[in-house]
Amino acid sequence: MISPFSIILSGFLFAAAAPLLQRFTRDRAHVILALYPLLTLLLLINEYGLVVDGPVIRESLSWVPSLGIGLSFALDGLAYFFALIITTIGLLVLLYASAYFKGDQRLPRFYLLFMSFMASMLGLVLADTLITLFVFWELTGVSSYFLIGFNNQRAAARAGALQALLVTGLGGLALLAGFIMLGNIAGSYDLPRIMESSAIIQQSPLYPAILFLLLLGAFTKSAQVPFHFWLPNAMEAPTPVSAYLHSATMVKAGIYLLARLSPALGGTELWHYALSIPGAITMLLGAFLAFGQTDLKRLLAYSTISALGTLTLLLGLYTDDAVKAALIFLFVHSLYKGALFMIAGSVDHESGTRDIRALGGLYLQMPATAAAAVLAALSMAGLPPLLGFISKELLYEAKLQAPVAAPFVTAAGVCANALIVALAAKFVLMTFFGQAHSTPKQPHEAPILMRIGPALLAGFGLIAGLLPDQLASRLIEGAVQAVRPEIAPVHFSLWHGFTDVLILSTLTVGAGIALFRWGGWLLVRGERMRVLASLGPARAYDSLLRGTLRLANALTDAIQDGTLRHYLLLALIFLCVLLGAAAAPLLRHGTLPAMSGIPFHEAATAVLIALGAVTVASSKSRFTAITALGVVGFGVSLIFLFYGAPDLALTQFSIETLSIVLFVLVLPRLPKLLDTSSLSTRIRDALLSSLLGLLVALLVLLGADAHAPSHLQEFFGEYSVPFAHGRNVVNVILVDFRSLDTIGEITVLLVSALGVYALMRSWPGERQ
Amino acid sequence: MHILLALVTGILFAGGLYLMLRRSIVKLAFGLALIAQAANLAIFTSSGLVRGEPPIIEAGGMRLAAVSSDPVPQALILTAIVIGFALLAFVIVLIKRAAWIVGTDDLDDLRNVDRTAT
Repeated sequence: MISPFSIILSGFLFAAAAPLLQRFTRDRAHVILALYPLLTLLLLINEYGLVVDGPVIRESLSWVPSLGIGLSFALDGLAYFFALIITTIGLLVLLYASAYFKGDQRLPRFYLLFMSFMASMLGLVLADTLITLFVFWELTGVSSYFLIGFNNQRAAARAGALQALLVTGLGGLALLAGFIMLGNIAGSYDLPRIMESSAIIQQSPLYPAILFLLLLGAFTKSAQVPFHFWLPNAMEAPTPVSAYLHSATMVKAGIYLLARLSPALGGTELWHYALSIPGAITMLLGAFLAFGQTDLKRLLAYSTISALGTLTLLLGLYTDDAVKAALIFLFVHSLYKGALFMIAGSVDHESGTRDIRALGGLYLQMPATAAAAVLAALSMAGLPPLLGFISKELLYEAKLQAPVAAPFVTAAGVCANALIVALAAKFVLMTFFGQAHSTPKQPHEAPILMRIGPALLAGFGLIAGLLPDQLASRLIEGAVQAVRPEIAPVHFSLWHGFTDVLILSTLTVGAGIALFRWGGWLLVRGERMRVLASLGPARAYDSLLRGTLRLANALTDAIQDGTLRHYLLLALIFLCVLLGAAAAPLLRHGTLPAMSGIPFHEAATAVLIALGAVTVASSKSRFTAITALGVVGFGVSLIFLFYGAPDLALTQFSIETLSIVLFVLVLPRLPKLLDTSSLSTRIRDALLSSLLGLLVALLVLLGADAHAPSHLQEFFGEYSVPFAHGRNVVNVILVDFRSLDTIGEITVLLVSALGVYALMRSWPGERQ
Repeated sequence: MHILLALVTGILFAGGLYLMLRRSIVKLAFGLALIAQAANLAIFTSSGLVRGEPPIIEAGGMRLAAVSSDPVPQALILTAIVIGFALLAFVIVLIKRAAWIVGTDDLDDLRNVDRTAT
């Protein structure tokens, strides 16, 4: 039996071991690390029949039982489908990266981050509670931050990484809020319980808010307009990272989430519009913006945005056909986009550039890579006999049957797909065919490990296209059934007969080729539109970021100006408010004790202390202040004496004497008391201090009112004689029961004495 | 007497805070000293006052009399007095030294420790 938790855990263990492995195996860590995705893949394939047809494999560990949060995992058809993509492409990209980074000092770090990401991504799709899902969701965000910023000496890479982190992190926070609301309504964070509560959730008044928050999370992660801008900037990541994160896995996490939660949230009118409209806009805008790109990776990134938009649109339509089409398209897209990213990386790696204008005719030098590119691009363009063709047919079928505005949706689909065809043509034809240009490096074929990945992914697109029913049907069926259990068995075939869909496909391909051939005018338009786009969300992000930083700076300057007094002032005002709030309700019930019955000597001592305090505070003379301080100290020791604390009185008396001696010794060297503050400042400080003093007095009174004899008093009173053989209980506490504290106290005295001694000595090179 | 001692505590506290808000570093030290007294008195007063009954077990007795001062706050305050003195002694010497070296006792001028010209 397969255990999802062990799979995830061992992924993180592999990640942790990766740097050491790299050292011990002398740069051959990839051989061992590849075992992880390989074995996971084999395990998954071994469970194929069980997962696709059989019961869901569930596993639950106790985590925070008091909050009803468990660490639960489930392997159902949908999770299986994603896990298969994650491990397969993970394996191929890992091998690819080992050749891509050959000899790079930073490989250990790369492996660590890459493996962590893989494990987090598996955790995300295998999670069976919302909280578990969220934790892994954020883990993918964090590891992707480090992966995008891998070339951390480049400012653009750091900025791109930060942008991705902030945008997806913002979405993550919204997601958490949405999850908590969802959990409250359903009464549990467990996904099965949430699925069961579908009706309650959809009737809840909070439903629109929940949907909004969850969509914010999903749309930021999956780069939907207007949050799409981070994805092209994330192309600063090394190409293996883009091939893995930004084509097949992380950007699909949002889609996964939508699919996963669609049984609970989907099918409403709100769901339909909230998904399909942004999805359609993203689909069109992504494809349109991609068309103007000259950087291979950015071109792919924008076309990925378009694909993600298509997926969102399909999930928004939420018909049987649409869900089916979404999952098969997701599968196909992962295959060809992963391959194309790796190919772009190989081209960059071997020729030194990925600017499409500087490339051409590479098929002579890189035949194997070119062959894989052709296959992948044909799949992207949706031409028979590739799996991409089947997927596109299904896409059109789903769009033609859209419940609302089917003609419009279909037309948008045709436009976007025509652009995608043109993009596929542009990618392959301008890179590998046509006029050869001189490139920064003399191009040659990529190493074998960099050819395997693209070749296998692109090749699978061809084989699965020829044998769709055998290779893809059951997989997709299992995934679809996890979302829609009542759906009919899925069958794919390459040839559907002469239908509307075939006409649309032909139209698309024709339009695409025309666009590629004569699309110059669109390019010019696109160029102009790109300026507009950069004024949009990306600009908003920049100003928001700058504004936040500026606000933080201003706030820091305002409340942390480096002046102790101001910190103190702020803290005191805050304390005033807190104490006031705490004291106010108590005041109403309490009664002030009477002033009568106070012996004269006690009252006189109290008045003396008060006068002393006022004198210290107001005196301009050092001598008067020190004398008044002495009065205060001796007064307090008298109070101790009156109220049954002879030890305190004695200690206070001797300490006070010592203090005065010390002050007097230092007095001639102490600076004169200056008061440079203005009168208004002094009044303000006096008022604040008095207010706080009053509050403290009230609290002391309330404390005395509430005081009850503690059992500590009883304890020490009872055990002092029999256990410690002492009759002075205070002394017994200090030297016996709590003697360790007293040792600490003595240590403080000693350290202080050493400090005083060191400060009193004169140091060399100092004016004396 | 509670109310009077509570008021005295408040006054000590207010005086100490007022001094700590001054620019003179010496006044800061005086403020610290006053607040230390205020804290001790606050603990002492709010833990219940018993006049003239120290927590000492009479000769021959085995346990503390039912009516007597609570020894626990006293033990705490005793520690606080000693620690307070250690702190005050260190602060006084430090201030003396700092004022001597930097040549000012205005906290606003003490922002930069590199000002020392030796």
